[in-house]
Amino acid sequence: MDYLQTVDWSRAQFAMTAVYHWFFVPLTLGLSVLAAIMETLYYRTGDVFWRRTTRFWMRLFGINFAIGVATGLILEFEFGTNWSNYSHFVGDIFGAPLAIEGIMAFFLESTFIAVMFFGWDKVSRGAHLAATWLTAVGANLSALWILVANAWMQYPVGCRFNLQTVRNEMTSFWEVALSPVAVNKFFHAVASSFVLAALFVVGVSAWYLLRRREERMARGSIAIASFFGAVFAVVTAVTGDRSGAVVARVQPMKLAAMEALYDGEAGASLTVVGLLRRDRADDDGPFRFRIGIPKLLSWMSFRDAESYVPGIRDLVAGNAERGILSAEEMMARGRKAVAELGRYRAAREAGDRAAMAAVERKFDPAAPEGEEFLREYFAYFGYGYLESPAQTVPNVPLLFYSFRVMVGAGVFFIVLLAAVWWLNRRGTLASARWLLRLCVWMIPVAYLASQAGWAVAEAGRQPWAVQNLMPVGVAASKIPSASVGTTFFLFLALFTVLLAVEISILLRQIRLGPDGAEIPEPEKL
Amino acid sequence: MFPTLRCIVRFYAEGFRSMTALGRTLWIVVLVKLFVMFAVLKLFFFPDFLAGKSDGERAAYVLEELTDGGA
Ligand code: HEM
Repeated sequence: MDYLQTVDWSRAQFAMTAVYHWFFVPLTLGLSVLAAIMETLYYRTGDVFWRRTTRFWMRLFGINFAIGVATGLILEFEFGTNWSNYSHFVGDIFGAPLAIEGIMAFFLESTFIAVMFFGWDKVSRGAHLAATWLTAVGANLSALWILVANAWMQYPVGCRFNLQTVRNEMTSFWEVALSPVAVNKFFHAVASSFVLAALFVVGVSAWYLLRRREERMARGSIAIASFFGAVFAVVTAVTGDRSGAVVARVQPMKLAAMEALYDGEAGASLTVVGLLRRDRADDDGPFRFRIGIPKLLSWMSFRDAESYVPGIRDLVAGNAERGILSAEEMMARGRKAVAELGRYRAAREAGDRAAMAAVERKFDPAAPEGEEFLREYFAYFGYGYLESPAQTVPNVPLLFYSFRVMVGAGVFFIVLLAAVWWLNRRGTLASARWLLRLCVWMIPVAYLASQAGWAVAEAGRQPWAVQNLMPVGVAASKIPSASVGTTFFLFLALFTVLLAVEISILLRQIRLGPDGAEIPEPEKL
Repeated sequence: MFPTLRCIVRFYAEGFRSMTALGRTLWIVVLVKLFVMFAVLKLFFFPDFLAGKSDGERAAYVLEELTDGGA
């Protein structure tokens, strides 16, 4: 009982820390690139206007960076304390990307960022520009490694389970780093972060235009950010679509839950908007109301409008016709794999070398019996810990609505950013005050969409810490729930303070403007 | 860019010396945060759960965890 609570607390704590951490990350990724683009204009034109504009956005970048930096380390603390079984089980695969990330972050922070902030007028313009670009590239590359690690948890490839060490070991770095999940995740997370930062720059600039302040800087910033944002909003949609197609193959239950698709269909339609029933899928179907686009889900999933998309019921009960195993069957296979591990443990404790060797052969992909055992049984290892097939179903309403918030916002951002770019170019944006107000409001919406993306990706893989191999219940450490509860509130307090400090410093700096001078109380929006 | 180590040290020292009030505030936030994270949270609340065990003991412990009541 207490252990169950521990797992829930550990999950809640991890989710909360990740959500807060992600408040800081996307702006760092995108604003560093936008500042670098603006500085490039300064470098090429020599116009001090661009220097002043760059320095203003760089200052906001610096605030976000300083307050957010190292908040991700708390997730690593949690791995060691709350998720020790998991940390051991995945050790090597997680260790390598995180070590690379740590080293890169250190060099990045101590050198390039220092030149970026301290180096104006001290190093040449070219050297300064190089430092700014290296900061931007380094920040985005360091995100790559943690996203690769996350992708491995969703799609564990390029590894082999070592019986002696009881951990997964990397067999192919490239298979881990270039898995389709990792590649799409990286480009989608980065592109969407660029969009968020672009909306931030557009929103803040719109605020200046509404107040008729800093009009030249606002228009210049909007010209760059809206174009950049519109391009990356399209990239976000394209990479998101590709992510969806990969999810359909490697995490079909996540896709079915995102769509609240209970019964599989050939030529399945994509729900554009819908309202779910509270009592889930009864005879009337899961929706109170729904508007869908025929065949689009099938096309998006398998690039074939007539393809069959399995529903939640197919994935739980199985569908022999479509070659889908039932959860019961996977649980039975998983239990066999766990039992083999149990045999290995007993043999090891008894010092029975022959029995150990027999089990080792089963876990050896090079041995004939190993190849079959790994494919047919160990691939379902984690299912061996589940108590009921229903546990394989994630939180459908959370996924369904989060997915719609993200995609709806994504489509809207393309239109909005393109329209803002166009009107700004024609010189009529400043008079479209409703649009400027809308731009300001899009800043929180961008954050919401970004968080919703993670809700889809992470809540969608429940009950798995490592897809099909380790459920969260097994991943967690057996520590008293009260202690995880205590640290939950400690973090809540720490992060809330940090976020409040960030927002208040940012707002103050925005109010002060690029020259950092106090101005009279502005008129209301 | 910087021919000698002394130049680098001077670069950082001057940078810190001529920092704006905002820069100083941000450094305070960073240092307080790192202190709370490492000297309080990590030390008192986030011990490594498997700390003190050798590699073999860790493996044995996790093997136990994975096989106790699993199947
Ligand atoms: C425009 C259409 C979009 C589509 C089709 C789309 C699709 C997806 C899909 C399928 C996932 C889950 C991937 C997985 O679980 O492996 C995802 C995740 C995510 N999305 Fe989107 N998305 C879109 C727009 C956006 C926007 C506008 C943002 C933010 C501004 C965003 C931010 C994210 C983030 C941060 C994640 C988690 C990281 C990841 O798994 O890639 N997405 N998206």
